[in-house]
Amino acid sequence: MRRLGWIPIAMVAGLVLATAFPFYWIIVSSLQPESRLFDVPSLIPLELVGEHYRALFDERDFWIPIRNSFIVAGATTFLCVTLGAFAAYALARLRFRGKALILAFILAVAMFPQISIVSPLYLLLRELRLINTYPGLVLPYLTFAMPLTVWLLVGFFRQLPGELEEAALMDGASRMRTFYEIILPLSAPGLATTAILTFLYCWNEFLFALSFTIGPERYTVPVAIALFRGQYQVPWGQILAAAVVATAPVALLVLVFQRRIVQGLTSGAVKG
Amino acid sequence: MSRRERRPATAEAREARLARAFVAPALGVIVLIAMFPLAYTFWESLHLHDLRMPWLGRPFIGLGNYREAFGEPRFWSALAHTGFFTVVTVGLELCLGLALALAVNRAYRGRGLVRAAVLLPWAIPTVVAALIWRFMFDGQTGIVNAVLMSVGVMDSPLIWFVHSTAAWVPVILSDVWKMTPFVALLLLAGLQNIDTHLYEAARMDGASAWRQFREITLPLLRPALMVAVVFRTLDAFRVFDLLFVLTGGGPGTSTEPIALFAFSSLLQNLRFGFGSALSMIIFAVTFLLAIAYVRLLGSELTEAER
Repeated sequence: MRRLGWIPIAMVAGLVLATAFPFYWIIVSSLQPESRLFDVPSLIPLELVGEHYRALFDERDFWIPIRNSFIVAGATTFLCVTLGAFAAYALARLRFRGKALILAFILAVAMFPQISIVSPLYLLLRELRLINTYPGLVLPYLTFAMPLTVWLLVGFFRQLPGELEEAALMDGASRMRTFYEIILPLSAPGLATTAILTFLYCWNEFLFALSFTIGPERYTVPVAIALFRGQYQVPWGQILAAAVVATAPVALLVLVFQRRIVQGLTSGAVKG
Repeated sequence: MSRRERRPATAEAREARLARAFVAPALGVIVLIAMFPLAYTFWESLHLHDLRMPWLGRPFIGLGNYREAFGEPRFWSALAHTGFFTVVTVGLELCLGLALALAVNRAYRGRGLVRAAVLLPWAIPTVVAALIWRFMFDGQTGIVNAVLMSVGVMDSPLIWFVHSTAAWVPVILSDVWKMTPFVALLLLAGLQNIDTHLYEAARMDGASAWRQFREITLPLLRPALMVAVVFRTLDAFRVFDLLFVLTGGGPGTSTEPIALFAFSSLLQNLRFGFGSALSMIIFAVTFLLAIAYVRLLGSELTEAER
């Protein structure tokens, strides 16, 4: 096995390059003047300008979709983690009948295709006059975010050692107090990871946001970017600048919390 | 005696009551905004409901919408596109993901860098990934054409997105670029659960690397592999964002997946009955796939879930 030592290293290096190159390429291209975008591309930039970023925020008001995305993803994440923590604690730690069935049900809902509920949600939101509003996005987002949150949190709660909890119960603390004073503080990292992942899913969501908004004043970031149109030609410079801006918060979260995120993803799916 | 028996019983009952109270809000939300609408989609799919023609009302037409879908060539080709996309991308992602997981598991140095590098494409919005690849494959400005021409593979730039076969190349590549990391991470977690003593023992017995892979790694990795297959298939079958942005289903409808057909029937043509029928078909296929997987894998999957 040791003789093959360089193959894994070469593969890993190739992987890092293949993954990183598209990012490098759009960052560099977003800093090129529009005229140069139509030249033969050169790998190393000859000059860098910020005109597309300026146009993005000054002419296109890209702050609006960013604000919308933060509000919708933030509100959804808050609701899901708060309600989900109780449910997940019960599913992970308490004994009651129907637990396995509820878990299976939650996983099933997490897997089902979003498109299958677009039509009733649209009719319902229209009836409630919630099309093109924040609640009109948060409500549909709960459908995929809530099962995801519960599922991840169950994984985290199960990993906690049982002794502390038992000791607290022995001392006569109620289940409720044990949950608040022992379980929640202990699982703060798990709660944070769950919140980050839920936020990422909401930040990236496209189908619901596309279906339930009708004007740029409520577009989320993905919808705003996907519907970017120029008057005569594709405004690639601004699109790329917007892509970089949309990726930045995600990249920041991933770089800072990578270990946690991987743990959350794999413990939810593989070991639990 | 009877008293001592009753006390744990009431404690248990109290625990169960608390558990139900804890589960109720989240479960209620899920039932109310996910399960109820799903049932409503089915009901809607049995009606003629065209928002552009409100004077028609909303008459019950039984399976009429389904009959129309099954008689429509565009439906069958959308289904075929989705199937093709699913099989090709999941296949490629599994092979590449497995190779990467094995490599990363071996190369101890630089694991943090690798993790960050593989997480990034997975974490960014699909819409952004689609735009990145659309830009790289653009007919005029794309670097792919420039590279292929400078290497001498082509004489003139290929306009990828007007070509009904060539348009699949960026589609497949972008999905593989974005989702292979996820598969690799799942498999890597599976690999790290395998007891290294097994390999030591095998080496002592003189087993070749290939034999170790076939007789230790693959069987023990099976649960993780299966979870990856299930997640990726169900995900690929409802592909929407990527194709909406990358090709718009075009040229014509030659890369249109079923979810995009359903979306445009619903929100562009406002044919809610017909669109709901398409949505139900997508749901039914995913549901059947999920059941088939659970049947096939049985205990392995539920064990992995636990």
